[in-house]
Amino acid sequence: MKTVFTRTATLKDCPTHYCPGCGHGIAHRLIAEAIDELGIRGRTIGIAPVGCAVLAYDYLDVDMIEVAHGRAPAVATGMKRTNPDKIIFSYQGDGDLAAIGTAEIIHAAHRAEQLTVVFINNAVFGMTGGQMAPTTVLGQVTATTQKGREAIGEGYPLQICELLAVLPGAIYIERCSVYNPAQVRKTKKAIKHAFELQVNGAEGLSLVEVLSPCPTYWRMTPAKAMEWIEKEMTKTFPLGCLKSFELTK
Amino acid sequence: MCGNEALAEAAIIAGVDAYFGYPITPQNEITAYMSKRMPEEGRVFVQSESELAAINMVFGASATGKRTMTTSSSPGISLMQEGISYLSGAELPAVVVNVMRGGPGLGNIAPSQGDYFQATRGGGHGDYRTITLGPSSVQELADCMSLAFDLADQYRMTVVVLADGFLGQMMEPVVLDKKPRRKLPPKDWALTGAEGREQNIVRSLWLGEGVLEELNYKLQAKYEQVQKNEVICEEYEVDDAEIVVVAYGIAARIVRSAVNKAREEGIKAGWIRPITLWPFPTKQINRAAEELRIFLTVEMSCGQMVEDVKLAVAGKAPVLFYGRAGGSVPSVDEVLERIRQLTIPANKQKVKSKK
Repeated sequence: MKTVFTRTATLKDCPTHYCPGCGHGIAHRLIAEAIDELGIRGRTIGIAPVGCAVLAYDYLDVDMIEVAHGRAPAVATGMKRTNPDKIIFSYQGDGDLAAIGTAEIIHAAHRAEQLTVVFINNAVFGMTGGQMAPTTVLGQVTATTQKGREAIGEGYPLQICELLAVLPGAIYIERCSVYNPAQVRKTKKAIKHAFELQVNGAEGLSLVEVLSPCPTYWRMTPAKAMEWIEKEMTKTFPLGCLKSFELTK
Repeated sequence: MCGNEALAEAAIIAGVDAYFGYPITPQNEITAYMSKRMPEEGRVFVQSESELAAINMVFGASATGKRTMTTSSSPGISLMQEGISYLSGAELPAVVVNVMRGGPGLGNIAPSQGDYFQATRGGGHGDYRTITLGPSSVQELADCMSLAFDLADQYRMTVVVLADGFLGQMMEPVVLDKKPRRKLPPKDWALTGAEGREQNIVRSLWLGEGVLEELNYKLQAKYEQVQKNEVICEEYEVDDAEIVVVAYGIAARIVRSAVNKAREEGIKAGWIRPITLWPFPTKQINRAAEELRIFLTVEMSCGQMVEDVKLAVAGKAPVLFYGRAGGSVPSVDEVLERIRQLTIPANKQKVKSKK
């Protein structure tokens, strides 16, 4: 019998702690596939965020570190500058990257650090109980916006890709999602490209934002959550490549 | 050389692979010096966007097994406390230099010793310690850099070098020489890419019941070893002294002059100078308190180390304090006057003041 689909080596063979219908599992798998396809497992170091994905090192079989909330791009800078031959990636949620860690991500991009960032946007703080994130969309009900987020007083949804794309040091910025198989494949391509740029020494930061479901704190079924990304979330966070970088062959 | 430049060059000689820093007075000579010298040596210099970022760059570089450091002054060190707590939890070696200035708040840019509590107690969250060195001359400041890196690597701890604006700015002749490294354990925990081995994980989160408690006991056992093995202090004329003045850093230089003058006046005075502030020379001070004598602690603060002196003396002798705060520095005469008041009986003092 011919094997047509299997677990990729860098993804550990174990159940995850994620809720049913969560997008982290898909994103982890895509990162693991990208690492294995590029053959860089032995020289990759990953950075886990504070948030639901803090235990990412339990699932991704590469050297990994867990860092303070939001500080991943600074830690990554320390690693990459001292180890230019290593492939450094950070995996960050919206609270981590778009709230407490905005200074670090902007300045890492601003310094054109050669890093790969996977930014998971699920529009809420997951681990702490579904509070408003900077990326919560207007009208969205969360634990701390119980009447729905209002722009005045609670702020507008923060569009990280649009913000970073204007910086010369950010060389590749793309927003993807995982709401259907076609989108998952696009996300995979984007993540792999973001790693490829670093492998090839492209001088700047690559970031792939992934619109990802949080059925638990969106109070939805997993299927409904996927639908909500497609119908609602993409209105605030349009998918697509905001800044491209082609490697010269 | 000024103290700031001397410590920077000493760190280079000690093999620092990467320096990360953010400008703040009175330690700006360090960042400027490192920005020039580190690239010359083919090593890493990054001017970070904040002290938060600087300490986390240190965290990253250290996790990959590199010798790394940052420097700052009091308000910047406050911002680094989160990172130092994480370094301690993850047991990563790091060297942090604090060229102290007056506080609290933005304070001023004058020399101070107001961050003793923060350095020796661990200013961040959780049960941890940082080894703290308190040099008192430019030479000693330079010398303690290689010691700091060795201690950091040996115990996988943060080592704080507690200088002040005076030490950073003052110029003194200094001999910079390469010291032999201690025999250090291999950094087999470092993140180097998992080629041909199982993954390494650097973490400080332990959710399982009792696991974090165990980690804490392991850390405490390590700290006990440091207390047992690494205390350094200096004593002078303590044996026959009626009064022992305890001071560290630049304040100890003032105390030395005051004690010498007191001896010239026939007052039996001596001094003890802790060089490691944590581990504190508790035993040495306790031993000195066996004899009936007075202890005077002199600091450029409102009284911080004096608490450790009291703990060390353990009620065996009176412990008094003299200090100046907010960036002011006690003069030799002020300290001498305190020594006189505490040692000369009241009638003699009257006669003296009539002269």
